[in-house]
Amino acid sequence: MAAEQSVKRDILSQDLEFRPSPQARRLRSFIFLILSNLAVIIALGTLIILIADVLISGTPWLNLDFLTRADSRFPNRAGIQVALVGTLYMMALTIVIALPLGVMSAIYLEEYAGKDWTTQLIEVNINNLAAVPSVIYGLLGLQLFVRWLGMGRSILAGALTMALVVLPIIIVASREAIRAVPQSFREASLALGATRWQTIWNHVLPYALPGILTGNILAASRAIGETAPLITIGALTFVPFLPRDILDRFTVLPILIFNWTSKPQREFHDIAAAGIIVLLGTLLLLNAVAVLLRAKLQKRY
Amino acid sequence: MSTLDISLQRQRARTFGENLIRIFLFAAANISVFTTAGIVLALATDTVSFFAEVPLWRYLTETQWTPLFANQKFGVWPLVTATLLTSFIAMLVAIPFGLVIAIYLSEFASPRLRATLKPLIEILAGVPTVVYGFFALIVVTPFLKQFIPQISSFNSLSAGLVMGVMIIPLVASLSEDALSAVPDALREGAFGLGATRFEVATRVVTPAALSGIAAAVVLALSRAVGETMIVAIAAGQNPQLTLDPTVPVMTMTSYIVQVSLGDTPYGSLSYKTIFAVGSTLFLLTFVMNILSFRFVRRFREVYE
Repeated sequence: MAAEQSVKRDILSQDLEFRPSPQARRLRSFIFLILSNLAVIIALGTLIILIADVLISGTPWLNLDFLTRADSRFPNRAGIQVALVGTLYMMALTIVIALPLGVMSAIYLEEYAGKDWTTQLIEVNINNLAAVPSVIYGLLGLQLFVRWLGMGRSILAGALTMALVVLPIIIVASREAIRAVPQSFREASLALGATRWQTIWNHVLPYALPGILTGNILAASRAIGETAPLITIGALTFVPFLPRDILDRFTVLPILIFNWTSKPQREFHDIAAAGIIVLLGTLLLLNAVAVLLRAKLQKRY
Repeated sequence: MSTLDISLQRQRARTFGENLIRIFLFAAANISVFTTAGIVLALATDTVSFFAEVPLWRYLTETQWTPLFANQKFGVWPLVTATLLTSFIAMLVAIPFGLVIAIYLSEFASPRLRATLKPLIEILAGVPTVVYGFFALIVVTPFLKQFIPQISSFNSLSAGLVMGVMIIPLVASLSEDALSAVPDALREGAFGLGATRFEVATRVVTPAALSGIAAAVVLALSRAVGETMIVAIAAGQNPQLTLDPTVPVMTMTSYIVQVSLGDTPYGSLSYKTIFAVGSTLFLLTFVMNILSFRFVRRFREVYE
């Protein structure tokens, strides 16, 4: 009986599909359009609520003192100076380490590598590393840099760890940029007797530069925002003094925000919001620079 | 020396330099291979010595996780279920939103609208995770409390929802790439038979791009499983075996954070636990990443 009914329903629904009902079918298109607009609005609305909330709770705390004071056990005396300096150190050092390695990898893979197993091995590894959770990199950094190489919980150990986190981003972006340079440029240079490296250095890299720089700024943004790997290697949550050199212990802005957010007092949540404004502001600035740089350099070539 | 000799010498020097550069670049490219090897080695050493002290069967059969207490229990399941619970909630948000946005951008939106919307949605992926954690704890949880009064201040629901929003751009942009790669001939054929835009999108293009979409979903799941700061801030620090989204739980990643924040002595058993948990996490995400690459490859074989 039940089976019979379901067969009947099947026939009915098939019947419906074959019946030409343009209005109903167009209505479905229309409903989907409304739903998808709603999805976009909800997604972007969440972002707007997030930013609005952070601005409302954080702005009253944002002043020059907040930027130039060290952390404190009292919210009204706490500032982000040490963490901000730590973040800038971390960003600069990470890029200094990761940029040459990433670009060199990209040049090798695009300009030299054949289609053999070594190339495949490298490519599989890059793809997988891009998807490895950042906290795992933290465990690698803790073992390799902090323990085995004896760097301690220093800025250098943090930056090396972070360089490994962002390396796949730089490699992928640089490869795309290098690949986009027309083949005829290379052929012209080689035909005039330039060596492979001369061709790359004088004719490929200059044209790939805007893309490479954009990729690096993306990587720098990631390095600024990442928290987990640095907590794992043992970056401190409370540091009252500025680091003296790259072997000193350190903290960064996201860790400070994490620490303040974890405290029960309302005031700490508000200064965490103020810290977030500075963090997001830095990211915005960085990305604006990327856009401008790209526009300017692209005009030149 | 004749000029020929000099030019030959120069030629040799040039070839030598070129080869040196090639070797140098090859070495740099291999950093990625060394990094993977380093991860495996770094995780394996302490994982092996952890399992020398705590047998594997205790890790897989006990139902409590209390390695920092006097009465030590090493059952990983509370951490695993918490990780899967938060990830599941995240996927409940990310898959429908990501897919609908992807279909919309690929099949409905004008090129101009698409060029505006895509970077705007990508911003969601650029927000640091610690900021999302703050948002989940300070904004979303109090908001949820209005509807679910018994919800705890730390819970997997709020963490999962916010994590889902964070992952929307990943699902959307990878799925959109897959949808856009479907040849126009398929669309034109369907339009020619009188199909509406919605029918073309859902019955022709989406099925054709299915393995690409599957790759996006699996990669997004892998991201959710490995996500750390949102759950460490908003989901709590209580390892308990539960599927209740309103109570505090502890994921694998938040356990690693919790131990890292304390001053755990190097070489102690609790220090080794983070590597055992880290290995479990790495294996789990590794399997998902490989699965995702498989899907991508299958997709490419069909259309590229």
